[in-house]
Amino acid sequence: MDSDLSPQDKKDLDKFIKFFALKTVQVIVQARLGEKVCTRSLSSPTGSDWFNLAIKDIPEVTHESKKALAGQLPGIERSMCVEISLKTSEGDSMELETWCLEMNEKCDRDIKVSYTVYNRMSLLLKSLLAITRVTPAYKLSRKQGHDYVILYRIYFGEVQLTGLGEGFQTVRVGVVGTPIGTITLSCAYRTNLAFMSTRAPGEDEGAYNGVEDSQEVCTTSFSTSPPSQMGVPGKEGGVPQQVPVQPCHGAQAEHRRVSSCPPADHVPATPSSSGEDAETSSRSVGVKSGSPCGLLETTFTRKVGAFVNKPGTKVTTASLDLPFAAFAPRAYDLEENDPMVQPPESSATSSPLQGSLHSQGSGESGGPAQDDFVMVDFKPAFSKDDLLPMDLGTFYREFQNPPQLTSLTIDVSSQSMAEDLDALPEKLAVYEKNIDEFDAFVDTLQ
Amino acid sequence: MNCRSEALEVSVEGRQVDEAMLALLHTILLHRSTGKFHYKKEGTYSIGTVGTQDIDCDFIDFSFVRVSSDELDRAIRKAVGEFKDAMGNGMDGMGQISLEFYQKKKSRWPFSDECIPWEVWSIKVNVVNLANEQERQICREKVGEKLGEKVINIVEVINRHEYLPKMPTQSEVDNVFDTSLKDVQPYLYKITFQITDTLGSSVSTTMRRLIKDTLAL
Repeated sequence: MDSDLSPQDKKDLDKFIKFFALKTVQVIVQARLGEKVCTRSLSSPTGSDWFNLAIKDIPEVTHESKKALAGQLPGIERSMCVEISLKTSEGDSMELETWCLEMNEKCDRDIKVSYTVYNRMSLLLKSLLAITRVTPAYKLSRKQGHDYVILYRIYFGEVQLTGLGEGFQTVRVGVVGTPIGTITLSCAYRTNLAFMSTRAPGEDEGAYNGVEDSQEVCTTSFSTSPPSQMGVPGKEGGVPQQVPVQPCHGAQAEHRRVSSCPPADHVPATPSSSGEDAETSSRSVGVKSGSPCGLLETTFTRKVGAFVNKPGTKVTTASLDLPFAAFAPRAYDLEENDPMVQPPESSATSSPLQGSLHSQGSGESGGPAQDDFVMVDFKPAFSKDDLLPMDLGTFYREFQNPPQLTSLTIDVSSQSMAEDLDALPEKLAVYEKNIDEFDAFVDTLQ
Repeated sequence: MNCRSEALEVSVEGRQVDEAMLALLHTILLHRSTGKFHYKKEGTYSIGTVGTQDIDCDFIDFSFVRVSSDELDRAIRKAVGEFKDAMGNGMDGMGQISLEFYQKKKSRWPFSDECIPWEVWSIKVNVVNLANEQERQICREKVGEKLGEKVINIVEVINRHEYLPKMPTQSEVDNVFDTSLKDVQPYLYKITFQITDTLGSSVSTTMRRLIKDTLAL
């Protein structure tokens, strides 16, 4: 395999591959920093610009890359991957894309290392610059800040794409044939952006490295499609919750430079600065011990939309056997405090009539039901409060509580009913006597 | 030598024409430009460094990378501006802008140098007029996505590593590269365009046909 390659060529090729890998990582990470990249062209070579391209070297990124490579080079079945993920200020994270630098066995023995391979690597880096601005994560990374940040993780070895959800897309950036194999550079990116909680309790600083922080969550980027069946390891009975990402009131998170750890570690915990503890704690799914029914009980908290007062209630699975139980009438004590039902007390009544009508009404009906709804300041729609003595509002108020009909009042009716019953036989006798008259009347009608 | 020909097609709104064309032309030129060559005595040469910069579009949800060269940018903008003017303002129309990379072949006197194209990129543009702001907003996003797809297409073609002119000696460098710029060195290129009126016929092709027919007589 390598026997055709001269020692100098082999040495050059290894050096090219190493620096190509380092520059690839720089381009990808810099493209996800959230800022526009700008480097100057120099007509005279400085001797330090690999592949004749002005790509800055961020020291931390170089350090991470070298650490991941650990003295090895990308080769056959030794791929170098850069994983880009999004993490919200509440600690939820989601993998967005994975860039893979791989090598396959297809060799191009005739290719000139110092010239063609080098130039093609330069071309591939230019393609990478172009493609990194085209995948969906670019727009997300440009808008990162208060509510979410973009993180990167470099790993070496086998490519892992399971975290990208269902239906992820792949775009090939390009290939470079070399005498020892063909280098391919590609990107697999997530298309299903439905958010799910992936936080584990008691997390420590881990593998992810902060890239940049800035601003608002772009809720429009997240779809309402159901989350994929990704089980959170180590959580018995846990169900990944679909949490629509909302604008949070997080405090400014500082720029993080976290050292990397082996891939098995958890995502670093973010201080929850929003103060919405009920939401934060309830999002982790756990097992309640000592529950009355002895079953595994999971706690859900309804996510609230913007501008809605938080219900502050936790609905357990036990109470959820009724369909739409969540919408069932709430406990009476809640209703008492609901401002929609109990309007605030107002001292002023807008019309002198109102008071008198009320007392009349309540006396006759015998119930305080109408007092529950106090029309404080009634301004009917489409009415003009002008100079007419009787405007719509006054009219309404005056005739709001009309007196009961006498025939329908209980006292009178009960009396008349008894009388009627007594008088009934007499009436029947009279009608029987006049039966001929009635028959004649009916005949005239026909 | 066969000339490689690639075609791209985009539909844009009137005010997006400039940025869409700049995005695609600059993406191609990014891949077809090198640093300045500096020839040394022994026949070897060193290459300058190409810088890049991100450009955000104002009328399209899209960002692209171009070579950091104001001179090159000015030349491309000038060509795109002429294309846009020729397309007219506010009217639906179709046009095509072509970016052709060529090599010069010196001919003996009295014949002038031959220009032999080795790669031609044709970008067909459909200009649409939109009625309201909502449609324009949708168009912003849609055109952004389409341009992304076109960039992927361009990169795909480039990475096939098909014919590229041989690296020239010092005396031949002007036959392969445009050495007039101070900071970068693109392959020799020219930008042409043709406008199709709404009836679908091309004015310049008609003219060309007329001339050919006249010469054939």
